Amino acid sequence: MADLLLELFSEEIPARMQMRAAQDLAELLGQALTEAGLAPAGEIRHYATPRRLTVFVPGLPERQANRSIERKGPRADAPAAAREGFLRSLPAGAFTIEERADKKGGATLFALVQEQGRATRDFLSSLLPELLGRLPWPKSMRWGKGETRWVRPLHAILCTLAGETITFGFAGLRSGPTTRGHRFMAPDVLELRTFETYVPTLRAAKVMLDPAERREVIEQRSKALAVGQGLRLKHDPGLLDELAGLVEWPVPLLGRIDSTFMQLPQEVLVTSMREHQRYLAVEDDQGNLAPFFITVANIEARDGGAAIIAGNERVLRARLWDASFFWEQDRTRRLEQGLSRLENTVFHAELGSQGERVRRLTRLVEALCDHVPGADLALAQRAAQLAKADLVSGMVGEFPELQGIMGGYYALEQGESEPVVRAIAEHYLPKGPEDACPTAPVSVVLALADRLDQLVGFFARGIKPTGSKDPFALRRAALGVIRLVLENGLRLPLRSVIQASLFGYGRQLETVDGKALEEDLLGFFADRLKVHLRNEGVRHDLLTAVFAGSADDDLVRLITKVKALQAFLDTDDGRNLLAGYRRAANIVSIEEKKDKRRFADVPNAELAREPAERRLIESLAAAKLSIERAEALEDFNAAMATVAGLRQPIDNFFQAVMVNVPDPPVRENRLRLLAAIRASLGRIADFSVIGDS
Amino acid sequence: MLVPTVVSDRPASFQDLILRLQTFWAAQGCVILQPYDMEVGAGTFHPATTLRALGPESWNAAYVQPSRRPTDGRYGQNPNRLQHYYQFQVILKPSPPDLQDLYLQSLFALGIDPLMHDLRFVEDDWESPTLGAWGLGWEVWCDGMEVSQFTYFQQVGGIDCRPVSGELTYGLERLAMYVQGVERVYDLAFNDPASPAAKTYGDVFLRAEQDYSAFNFEVADTDMLFRHFEDAEAECARILERRLAQPAYDQCLKASHLFNLLDARGAISVTERQAFIGRVRNLAKACCEMWVEARPKSQVQVEGASARG
Repeated sequence: MADLLLELFSEEIPARMQMRAAQDLAELLGQALTEAGLAPAGEIRHYATPRRLTVFVPGLPERQANRSIERKGPRADAPAAAREGFLRSLPAGAFTIEERADKKGGATLFALVQEQGRATRDFLSSLLPELLGRLPWPKSMRWGKGETRWVRPLHAILCTLAGETITFGFAGLRSGPTTRGHRFMAPDVLELRTFETYVPTLRAAKVMLDPAERREVIEQRSKALAVGQGLRLKHDPGLLDELAGLVEWPVPLLGRIDSTFMQLPQEVLVTSMREHQRYLAVEDDQGNLAPFFITVANIEARDGGAAIIAGNERVLRARLWDASFFWEQDRTRRLEQGLSRLENTVFHAELGSQGERVRRLTRLVEALCDHVPGADLALAQRAAQLAKADLVSGMVGEFPELQGIMGGYYALEQGESEPVVRAIAEHYLPKGPEDACPTAPVSVVLALADRLDQLVGFFARGIKPTGSKDPFALRRAALGVIRLVLENGLRLPLRSVIQASLFGYGRQLETVDGKALEEDLLGFFADRLKVHLRNEGVRHDLLTAVFAGSADDDLVRLITKVKALQAFLDTDDGRNLLAGYRRAANIVSIEEKKDKRRFADVPNAELAREPAERRLIESLAAAKLSIERAEALEDFNAAMATVAGLRQPIDNFFQAVMVNVPDPPVRENRLRLLAAIRASLGRIADFSVIGDS
Repeated sequence: MLVPTVVSDRPASFQDLILRLQTFWAAQGCVILQPYDMEVGAGTFHPATTLRALGPESWNAAYVQPSRRPTDGRYGQNPNRLQHYYQFQVILKPSPPDLQDLYLQSLFALGIDPLMHDLRFVEDDWESPTLGAWGLGWEVWCDGMEVSQFTYFQQVGGIDCRPVSGELTYGLERLAMYVQGVERVYDLAFNDPASPAAKTYGDVFLRAEQDYSAFNFEVADTDMLFRHFEDAEAECARILERRLAQPAYDQCLKASHLFNLLDARGAISVTERQAFIGRVRNLAKACCEMWVEARPKSQVQVEGASARG
């Protein structure tokens, strides 16, 4: 058994790519080793720092086992040239030939090739250059005179097996047993041959190999710094992950924010600090931002970090000075003054300006207010009119991620009412799964209008997400609509609001086929809904079944129905009824194919010969009425109870009655009866797409 | 590999910082050039970078380039923003394996001690839509402040760079503010602060910032600028017919600056913006293609000129 240690030492790898690359490398290697009959005894481990990817493979066999491979050749009576060609293609002296009889009475040549297992070391030295060449990077580059692509220039490859170097060439480098420590604190060459010495030697050279450990150190020391001020660290797991990828030796340092800047909106402070400087924030026990920040340095500075803190404080001052300037400037103008500039701001080249968009939103909220209880139309229109004005403010120009939020502050400043202020501030929410969904009526109306206008416009222009590409975040927009509707329990007729939105585009989209657009968008919503509800344990196939069986566009009603159906199918009655449905549908579709016609007419009770047959006809007629009634009342549990009552008559029918009898009118009537089962259940959902739970 | 032992004292003035960088890069064998004599938005636009990044010849050069960004003017009121500022530009082709170390040593020569300060390479991919150019690299941060841009050119003028050039761009004012510990660009010591005629950056440039801000935002004649843009575009095409890459490229630079002025005057809508950028890019691409295509001929001319000089 032998352990493999591989390290790729390069210039700084972007934080967001490090762990993925290390993982891909470990997976590619594990796969190649397993395929070659060299599966490792232990689990492959992978690590990354800004300057290195490391993979450790414990317990590899010393060599591959010998293998015998069979290769099929030409027929035994093939021309001599073909037979000789086959023999020449085999490795000299390492095979035996046999003739085997084939089905046609002839014989075919087979070669049994003895393949000598290679030493693991030799296998790896030929595998690794090829494998490194196909490691995928989101973006890669060439450097110097080379043609090899890597994420940034590669400087050294450390590769040892059982403590002995494996030598190979890649990107103009020769692999060896050496690497380097921290760029500044321990820049000398280190010779390392085993994983057992690798980790502690790197640590002594101020490199913490494991990103999880770096993250933990950052979090714990930052917490301690905050607690030292009687404060606490603001929870920010995403930033901690990123910070762990920016340093090899994390040293959190606490800096101060000038108190004059604390009057800026908190979001401005956080954006400056987090997005631009990657600073962790500190807050009091009420969650208010405190006048401190934490920067994570990559060195233990000679002066304990005083100069680094001073430098970072200066940088933050300059940034916040800019932000204060915009905050002051923007507040000298009313939001209305920005509206004319929105006419020259493009929403999308094919969908006109932001000015036109504002006019559409102002109209669209009218159609939406009817369906959002408590939404005041005048307030919604006011909010729609001002919602995009912050796009031309100085602050949003500088910090685009503050759109909406700044609009809310400026609206408050100029004395707009609370619902309007809140709607402007919240209308881009929810952006992601961690965001809360707006619940205030005016906010909900504006948020819906914003997304519907976007979805309708882009879909009408044929701009739709494909595969991993969704540059205008339309999936997120659709999911936003779904969450706004479901979480607020809105009875929103999607079809009619889609038409209202399309109407708002006026002549710009007048040639668009509204009906097709509506179907297209409802299908898109259905797909998003499936993804959204999967997390709640709602079955995929049942959603499809309910959507396919209905022209309904009320998401709340559809979901209630899906949930009732799912509960029903989990019962004994449900499972049996599904079996009965399938049997009936199968027979009908086979016979329909045979007769080249459809059986859709109502079954005739007069033609019923058997009691079970008559019972079923009566039950179906009664069920039809009670299903219709239950659906009208949206009492889907009652509808399911009715359907459950059909189980017994259907089971009895199949036990007592033969469908394909010689008497043609009787046979046809029975087929119609089966078709009626299919149709009755079709009122609830398309049972044909339901799978087994 | 890097040995961070020698750290100099800090340059006391803006001009001393420039002189240090020039001395440092001259010692690395660079051709020390002077600024290009046209208005450009960044050091990358100097033909010593844009054109020389193409083709197989080695090329190591360093120079200061005044850079004009009309939209960044703040009438001299913002402590950090200027419509005219200086970049120090280094281009090394092919990019040497120790480029990061060379760069760091240049910071040591400015008195920045890597064991006292937090020097970091933070992902930042560079792209110039007007030059049809892109590369991968980093912003270099010193204690959280971006002091340089570090790029491995992959394409210029839509043409693959073979070999790859390494480009270093130092933001001189920012770096000097850091080194001198001042918070307002106009407070920088321009020459030796102990000299009898000590001048600050403000003494040298404040009035120009005020005047140019007014010119860029309020006064520039947009009709004339549009006309000149068209002229430069047409002239570029005409020169290219005569296969003269660099004179044609001068017209591309003119068009680019005229576009920037029009942009500052708010004369170009967002929709038109993309179209204008595309027009400049087409000029840049055509000039770059001609530079590569007509290479042997222009080399002969350069050699002839130096024989006479």
